[in-house]
Amino acid sequence: MSKHEITTIIGLEVHVQLKTKTKLFCSCSAAFGAPPNTQVCPVCLGLPGALPVMNEEAIELAIRAGLAINCSIPPMTKWDRKQYFYPDLPKGYQISQFDLPICADGYLEITDPEDPDSIRHIGIIRAHLEEDAGKSMHDEQTGKSDTRIDLNRCGTPLLEIVSQPDLRSAAEVKEYLTQLKLILTHLDVSDCEMQEGSLRVDANVNLHIRFDGKKIATPIVEVKNMNSFRAVERALEYEIERQYADWEVDGLTIEDNPKTTRGWDDVKERTFVQREKEESADYRYFPDPDLLPIRIPAERVEELRQSLGELPRETFARLQSQHGLKPYDADVIVNQGPAMIAYYERVSELSGDAKRASSWIQQDVMRTLKDRDVSIDDFLVTSVQLGELLKRVSDGQLDNTRARDVFSYLLEKESTVEQAIAALGIEQVDSSEIDALCQALLDANPAVVDDVRGGKVQAVGSLIGQAKKKNPNANPQQVRETLLRLIGK
Amino acid sequence: MLDSAAELLRLQENGDLTAVEITEKSLSAIESSEKSINAFTHVAAEKAIETARRVDAKRAAGEPLGPLAGIPVAVKDVLCTSDMPTTCSSRMLKDFLPPYDATVVEKLRVADAVIIGKTNMDEFAMGASTETSAFGVTRNPWDTDRTPGGSSGGAAACVAAGNVPLSLGSDTGGSIRQPAAFCGITGLKPTYGRVSRYGLVAFASSLDQVGPMAWSVPDVALLLQAIAGFEPRDSTSLNQYVPNYSEILQTTDLRGLKIGILSESSETEALDPAIRKAVQDAGEVFRSCGAELVEVNLPHSEYWVPTYYVIAPCEASSNLSRYDGAHYGHRTESIDTGSEHGPLVSAYCRSRDEGFGAEVKRRIMVGTYALSEGYADKYYNQALKVRRLIKGDFDNAFTQCDLLLGPVTPSPAFRIGEKVDDPIQMYLCDLFTVGANLAGLPAISLPGGSDSKGLPIGIQLQAPVLEESRLLFAAGAFQTATDHHKQRPQPLTETK
Amino acid sequence: MSLTADDVRRLALLARLELTDEEVDAIGPQVTKILGFVEQLALLDTEDVEPMTTALDLDNRWRADELVPSLTNEQALQNAPAKDDSCFLVPPVLGTAASKSSH
Repeated sequence: MSKHEITTIIGLEVHVQLKTKTKLFCSCSAAFGAPPNTQVCPVCLGLPGALPVMNEEAIELAIRAGLAINCSIPPMTKWDRKQYFYPDLPKGYQISQFDLPICADGYLEITDPEDPDSIRHIGIIRAHLEEDAGKSMHDEQTGKSDTRIDLNRCGTPLLEIVSQPDLRSAAEVKEYLTQLKLILTHLDVSDCEMQEGSLRVDANVNLHIRFDGKKIATPIVEVKNMNSFRAVERALEYEIERQYADWEVDGLTIEDNPKTTRGWDDVKERTFVQREKEESADYRYFPDPDLLPIRIPAERVEELRQSLGELPRETFARLQSQHGLKPYDADVIVNQGPAMIAYYERVSELSGDAKRASSWIQQDVMRTLKDRDVSIDDFLVTSVQLGELLKRVSDGQLDNTRARDVFSYLLEKESTVEQAIAALGIEQVDSSEIDALCQALLDANPAVVDDVRGGKVQAVGSLIGQAKKKNPNANPQQVRETLLRLIGK
Repeated sequence: MLDSAAELLRLQENGDLTAVEITEKSLSAIESSEKSINAFTHVAAEKAIETARRVDAKRAAGEPLGPLAGIPVAVKDVLCTSDMPTTCSSRMLKDFLPPYDATVVEKLRVADAVIIGKTNMDEFAMGASTETSAFGVTRNPWDTDRTPGGSSGGAAACVAAGNVPLSLGSDTGGSIRQPAAFCGITGLKPTYGRVSRYGLVAFASSLDQVGPMAWSVPDVALLLQAIAGFEPRDSTSLNQYVPNYSEILQTTDLRGLKIGILSESSETEALDPAIRKAVQDAGEVFRSCGAELVEVNLPHSEYWVPTYYVIAPCEASSNLSRYDGAHYGHRTESIDTGSEHGPLVSAYCRSRDEGFGAEVKRRIMVGTYALSEGYADKYYNQALKVRRLIKGDFDNAFTQCDLLLGPVTPSPAFRIGEKVDDPIQMYLCDLFTVGANLAGLPAISLPGGSDSKGLPIGIQLQAPVLEESRLLFAAGAFQTATDHHKQRPQPLTETK
Repeated sequence: MSLTADDVRRLALLARLELTDEEVDAIGPQVTKILGFVEQLALLDTEDVEPMTTALDLDNRWRADELVPSLTNEQALQNAPAKDDSCFLVPPVLGTAASKSSH
């Protein structure tokens, strides 16, 4: 796009909703989708006299998340009030963490989109807990009718994860978010559903342009209102182009205009300036006197660290080193989450063929899951069944086609692999029987024999099909080998 | 004039009086004094009679009864009640009906107390005279030209007027002890965390505490017993054993007890000579009961009031942000839709301007300033550090003595209107009381005599954290040895 | 240190108070006086003093992640100055300066 050397600088603020049953400071349900203002109590309504008491589970989830993104867990953390007036914030302040966040100074490893064999470390400044605000429903048409306020979401626990400005492209951002979501869903810390708002992304982006031997920084733009990973990627691609184009025209730098906010319009596929607040924000943070500090003993942090188990990035590496999978295949399986990883590993072990297991899972299993909209936990073909089935394929007892028949049968009827094979009438065909079958086909098709002798080996293909018709149990590989042997090739 | 709660309990047990009779007496006493003193924001006559009937029925049926059965109790209008408005004496909450009871109110109900009504106060508990109430001043039953003190002015006045034997107040900087002193009754501010704050409308969260008010120590102990204890819904509540507070009130023998006298408080020029004398006399009473008097120092006491008047407004400015007319409370009827800040901001600003009185606005402004960018270090953070120094002084003093004796107020009850336009003068009323709030200590105000005009004078005892029993023990001995707490104002007529 | 009328107005907006001109004139000097009074705190050396944010030095107070019934919708809205069948109503937010997304 440019005639100058450009470095894109992106930092992300990601809010994830923690998967607790109740809110951060009261015992109302944190579930999504209830009728408006039915999951509220004096505490989350901000009624006079009500007091917050923190949810232990939220603390644990935050620490688990923090450890998984390589953060340190300081011995002491506390709650602060961030003060501003808005009708979805009934107390007039949000309980958050200002100077002593629960998680600090971590990093996330991502695969470099430019070079799949190399890894990038994206720094994480901090991750802190805070309560969510409620929902405002505006009159989008005229802007004149009253705004409706639903406080069900008010007080649900959020973890805000703030990255260093280490990301260099929209593709890296996408990879960062994918990895983050993978880790947090793997740990069952959050659902990370952008559609439901359980994962929200704000991006700070600007460009460093090498110009006349100097480094020029364009004004930082905070991009908001991105509702899917795809939207994040497109918004940032757009914003990078726009900033360069604008700079070429107006030459404005960070000194002229330190920071603006732009929203992403998913329909028009462009970012637009959001109206700035006239007053500068002064949140008047101070420690919340209704809450006590949190002191987490180092032993407890260690316990939680031990409980994390193998993280997705580690599984990804192990599937390559131990199972010999290609990075792409390992990635697909790891991305499906812990249940699928466990499923794969069992199938791989029982079949004794890691690659066949990987290929079957990526094709047959995942397609079926998608078609039937079920999760691997509820899948009708167990890992033991599939492992046993693929073992027979590896041993040459079944060909892929017949194995698929068995697979389909298992999807419909509860039975063992053994029973399915019997029910489908699949039996091992004796090699003398195959010899006879092949000889009969060759006799009936002299042209094929000539073709093969003339060098067109693939001509036997048509005979394999006919053999299958005559005896569905005939193994195509075996038929092919027999045909070629009899022709004398 | 109603008897003490202890006496009323006895009379009911003996069958000499029913809860309904007591409640009717209380209601008629309120009716005859209310025009003169305006102690209540709400009197729940029907509900009170209903409760009293239930108590009598329970007693008749031989069912177990709570420790306050049939006793009329007045509740400061800063505590949430699900069946009565909770206004904080503010226009902002004029018709506010909470959907829940404060924990202390729940406890009163469990104790079979008869909640008679809600008492007037300084708006959002900000004041020392009950003059900042949006519903009119409360007057002192000893002299209706004078204030009953504040902010729990209604709570103190209704006891002093003989309306009820027991009353619940709240104390952020002296709001129980100062009105108790002005009205010649006994008032106790418990250790921070001893009594649940759940449902206590917050003024300054790190200082607020609910406490009992009554004529004498045994009644104060009785009410404290009913409200003290751990509260899982209040993160700052203490999970500590609650002793039997009445158990230790049997003796005047204070041998072995060391009572500290503050050398600096007696030197304060601001202190009225009659009060200085009352404190000295009280010291002699304690000595005559066998206690040893020792002189102690609290080197940072001159910083109590400035520290308090940073921390309290800072927390208040934040706590009062919720009153914006969006979800409850007063909303302006004249929204400026063409405002440069838009209709919403205009609605906020106007609703809050209309809903709050001058003192509340002043404190919000001070607190907002002291927390704002560039000033928080100088004011708020510095005050938090000085607060630790102040607490250190108390910790130190209590290595030399068991209790501290001193004045409650610099002067007896002042005239209505005398200080209302001078915030600093009003703030200096808290000179001797805010220390206990800053350090989280229990403290009690006791009748200690009167001045030449016959106005009551209070003396104060302060104890280490969770030593309410020690406080009540010494205070009980003092009241056994003296008659100050038996003095009563002239009955009020309806002429005023 | 003395607050100007503009300082007072800026502070009032931050605190969401619409002060009349008379109030600005009255409250400015009062707030100035109060701030002057508390300024003496700066005289103390507190270099090594730990700030005291709660009255008692306690920590780690939390509750189990267990549901307790919420209020009904009717109770939730019982004090609302304006409401519809299920929500609080507030003056239109759109067209105001303080947009939601800026926090």
